[in-house]
Amino acid sequence: MTAEIVAILLMYIKAFAVGGAICMTAQIIINFTSLTSGKILVYFMLAGVALTALGLYQPLVEFAGAGATVPICGFGYLLANGAIKGAEKGLFYAVSGPLTAASAGVTAAVVFSLIMALLFHSRPKRN
Amino acid sequence: MTGRNAQNCNENYLKYVSALAPPTKHFKNCLSAFAVGGLICSVGQFFRYMLGYAGLSGDELAGAVSVILIFFGCLLTGLGVYDRIGRYAGAGSIVPITGFANSVTSPAIEFRTEGYIYGTAAKMFTVAGAIIVYGVFSGVLVGIVYCLL
Repeated sequence: MTAEIVAILLMYIKAFAVGGAICMTAQIIINFTSLTSGKILVYFMLAGVALTALGLYQPLVEFAGAGATVPICGFGYLLANGAIKGAEKGLFYAVSGPLTAASAGVTAAVVFSLIMALLFHSRPKRN
Repeated sequence: MTGRNAQNCNENYLKYVSALAPPTKHFKNCLSAFAVGGLICSVGQFFRYMLGYAGLSGDELAGAVSVILIFFGCLLTGLGVYDRIGRYAGAGSIVPITGFANSVTSPAIEFRTEGYIYGTAAKMFTVAGAIIVYGVFSGVLVGIVYCLL
C-alpha cells in the first residue's frame, strides 16, 4: 500500500518536473527571441510531431504521463501517434488518423468556446 | 520623410522604446513558467488517476483528460481569470493544452461584437487554425512516411 502511494506521488513529481521544464523552455525562447505565443504553440506542436515520428516522445509519455501529454507537444504526439497507428492498417487510415486522434480535443475546444462566447462578454484588458 | 531619413527615425524610435521598456526578469519569468506549467500538468495527472479509477484507459483516458482541461481553460478564459494567470505565468499558461483552449475562446469572446458568424465563429481559429493546419499536415506526412516504410 505504501509502495503504491509512493509510486503515485513520484508520478505527480515527474509530471510536474517534465511539464514545468517544457514550459520553462518555451519561456526561455520567448525571453530571448520575443516570439509571439501563437508561433510558440505551432513550433512546440511541430516539435511534438517530429519527436513522436522519431520515436523519442513515447518514452517521455511513459515516464511523465500528463507531464508530457498536457503541454501542446502532447497534441503533436496525439496527431503523429494517430498517423503511426493508422499506417498499420493502410494508407487511408494513415491519412485520416491524425485528425481522428485529435478530434476529441478539437471538438471540445470548439464547443466549449462557443458556449463561453454565448455566456460571457469581452472585458477590458487590464495590464 | 524618405529613404535614409525614415530609417534613422525608426532606429531612434526603437532605441527609445527599448530604453523605456522594463528589463525582462529572465530568472523570475522562467521560475513562474515552470511552477504554473508544472502545476497544470499535475492537475492533468490528477484527472488521469481519477478517470483511471473510473474505468477509462488508453486513448479514451487521454482524450477525456484533455477534454476536461480544455473545458477549464475555456471557462477560466470566459471568467477573465486565465489572462490574469497568463500575465504572471507567461509560457507556463500558453504551452499547456489550457493555453490552446484560451487561444480559441479568447478571440471567440472578443469578436462577439462583429456577430456570431463573422465574429465569434470565423475568428475562433486565428491562432488555433495555424496549429490545426500544420498539425494535420505534418501528421499526414508522418502517416505517409510510415506507410511507405
